[in-house]
Amino acid sequence: MAGETSADHTPIDAQELFKEAGATALVVFALCFSLVGFKTEDVPGGLDIITRFDDVLVATALAFIGRAALVLLRQGYPLPVLATALPVTILLIVLHFSDAVFSTDTAAVLKRFLPFGAPVIDWLVTILAAVFAIRAAIARQRAGSTMTTEEREKAMDRIGARVQRAARILGPLILGFAIILPFLPMADRRILDIAILVVTYIMLGWGLNIVVGLAGLLDLGYVAFYAVGAYSYALLAQHYDLGFWVCLPFAGLMAATAGIILGFPVLRLRGDYLAIVTLGFGEMIRIILLNWYEFTKGPDGLSGIPRPTFFGLPFTRSPPEGVETFHSFFNLAYSPTDRIIFLYYVILVMALATNLFTLRIRKLPVGRAWEALREDEIACRSLGINPRNTKLTAFSIGAMFGGFGGSFFATRQGFISPESFTFIESAVILAIVVLGGMGSQIGVVFAAILLIGLPEIFRELHQYRMLAFGAAMVLIMVWRPQGLLAHREPTLHLPERPPDAPRVAGAAK
Amino acid sequence: MEYFTQQLINGLTLGAIYGMIAIGYTMVYGIIGMINFAHGEIFMIGAFISIIAFLLLGTLGVTWVPLALLIVLLVAMVLTPIYGWALERVAYRPLRGSPRLAALITAIGMSIFLQNYVQLLQGARVKPLQPVISGGFEFMRTENFSVVLSYLQILIIVLTVILMAVFTLLINRTSMGRAQRACEQDLGMASLVGVNVDRTISFTFVVGATLASFAGLVFLLNYGVIDFYIGFLAGIKAFTAAVLGGIGSLPGAMLGGILIGLIEAFWSAYFTVEYKDVAAYSILVLVLIFRPTGLLGKPDIEKV
Repeated sequence: MAGETSADHTPIDAQELFKEAGATALVVFALCFSLVGFKTEDVPGGLDIITRFDDVLVATALAFIGRAALVLLRQGYPLPVLATALPVTILLIVLHFSDAVFSTDTAAVLKRFLPFGAPVIDWLVTILAAVFAIRAAIARQRAGSTMTTEEREKAMDRIGARVQRAARILGPLILGFAIILPFLPMADRRILDIAILVVTYIMLGWGLNIVVGLAGLLDLGYVAFYAVGAYSYALLAQHYDLGFWVCLPFAGLMAATAGIILGFPVLRLRGDYLAIVTLGFGEMIRIILLNWYEFTKGPDGLSGIPRPTFFGLPFTRSPPEGVETFHSFFNLAYSPTDRIIFLYYVILVMALATNLFTLRIRKLPVGRAWEALREDEIACRSLGINPRNTKLTAFSIGAMFGGFGGSFFATRQGFISPESFTFIESAVILAIVVLGGMGSQIGVVFAAILLIGLPEIFRELHQYRMLAFGAAMVLIMVWRPQGLLAHREPTLHLPERPPDAPRVAGAAK
Repeated sequence: MEYFTQQLINGLTLGAIYGMIAIGYTMVYGIIGMINFAHGEIFMIGAFISIIAFLLLGTLGVTWVPLALLIVLLVAMVLTPIYGWALERVAYRPLRGSPRLAALITAIGMSIFLQNYVQLLQGARVKPLQPVISGGFEFMRTENFSVVLSYLQILIIVLTVILMAVFTLLINRTSMGRAQRACEQDLGMASLVGVNVDRTISFTFVVGATLASFAGLVFLLNYGVIDFYIGFLAGIKAFTAAVLGGIGSLPGAMLGGILIGLIEAFWSAYFTVEYKDVAAYSILVLVLIFRPTGLLGKPDIEKV
């Protein structure tokens, strides 16, 4: 596959190269040997083992070459890397598309030369090779090493600051796009469904941002309030025959109450402990929903949850006698997409309300107190802020938005079960907040599109979705621990002193 | 009384598993102050490597049980810690000194990654293993109930005690253990007096993963089925055990593990099986509210 990265006449530190690359290859081999090399297969009457040593060897070789390339780049020899990575990239791409170029038989033979035989992983290798080629090319252009960590941090911070400043223009643009999205020609049912999902997560992210980003309380059990909201709506609707709009405030209220009940005993805990306790609460709520069969129907879930109406006009094709529907009221032809578009606008409005609320409350004393508490709890105490009550407000307001989101989820799905409220959901929402850069409202939007939208669009990679999700969380954090668009502007400035203003009395003697 | 004794035995076996995992949490928390959320996955990988080793030995024709057990134990305890080491090297070392939240997010990401990694490589189905050791002592026999102390449970408890002894010696008597304790007290100071901090932290992860892999093997032997998801719940409970015993305290982790195991066994026996996880979480909450330092932990003084 890839050529040798041998040290020829130039004074490359070959010993270092082989030592590092060899060590990496050894580790990768030791990692892969057990779990990649052997696979447990279900056979009638037990398990059998099949071996995949070819994959282990390929992975080891790739690790060796990759690390060698990194070392060469670091030592300032981009040329051999470029000379290897570029042809390899081109070769791999040709192999991927060999179906289109050659006859089926030749293509089948050629495809066997792909490193793993699993398309997604082969593409990953191709992309990595391309990244190496690009990095080598950049390093060659700049005649030396790539950016140092600090340079990169500064550059990313500048980007973050620029995006935040641009958010004033970008925000309305994105909003405008979001508003006209359902009427764009590309907006089919699938795109709209993805958009609804993304906006739901944006709303949840904004809700959690109040708790995590503003108040600095690490909440790993946010899904509990999402679940409370969803079940509140579903149960109210089933037992008292109420509609979505009537139940929505109740669901939010229930979730906020749950937030207060859960928050009251635990909010004096610090950082990590709070995270684990909230995680425990999230799981407890799920287990109770799962086992309290008489009330929640347990694992069977609740179905037949009513859909929202447009000022009392339902979106059905054939309504019961005497009920006017949306399409008949407006004299439109019935279209099933109408309901989806309506749902999209409902969640969009809910998300925007969340955003507006957050932006406004940041300016109120309580919002200021949250941020102060996040920065220094002891200082706040000494200034007379009651930490527990302040944290409780943040926790319950965040929970309330979670509850709103939950009842929207229930009405959209029409069916809920405890399966939808696992820890992974909490982790996803938290990841959106943290990856976007905590406290950054626009960052949440980007992170939600990145983490929810992209995997939904690439549905074919279904089985690799969560793998990539976990890897992305790690890589982004390692690359930039503050979050992608983290840039904190001070919310208050001392007013600039005019140049001719009198100086402070006493100093100008 | 018979029923009680039986639950006591079951609870102790379960507690040994939780305690072994809890030590990994408590050591890592003690040294770098982060919750290694992916530690439960290391336990799960240990269980998978064990089942693969058992199946391989079966096809190779090693059927003498003590030899097979010994080989599997060695294989699991050698191969799993590599994952622990790589985890620290790849995901946690670059983040040392960054906000705590970032490290926690990385840990959660790593946990999701490892779960799906194993699911992709080994399949999502539950993996059963034929019972390796069967039989046991029966005593306190009455007409319709008798207490069974299986050979497997004896083996688990004996092995746990041996391993704990070795581990205690390692921490208390070797130079690496001394460095580990020094780093736990003060990372900066330890590095000033010439302790290789990076290597000590790696050592901590390796030791934690070794004990977790043992717990994985025991879990496999005890329950006979594993899947890629076992690490999550076991991890949470082991963390609860570490907090209950006092995070940072090694004997506390083992004590906490045994307590959690007992509580879970008795709760399932006398109340409801469905809510046994709720019981574990409630204990976590109660301990944190009323005694945040745990049973054997040192109080954490916050200086301004």
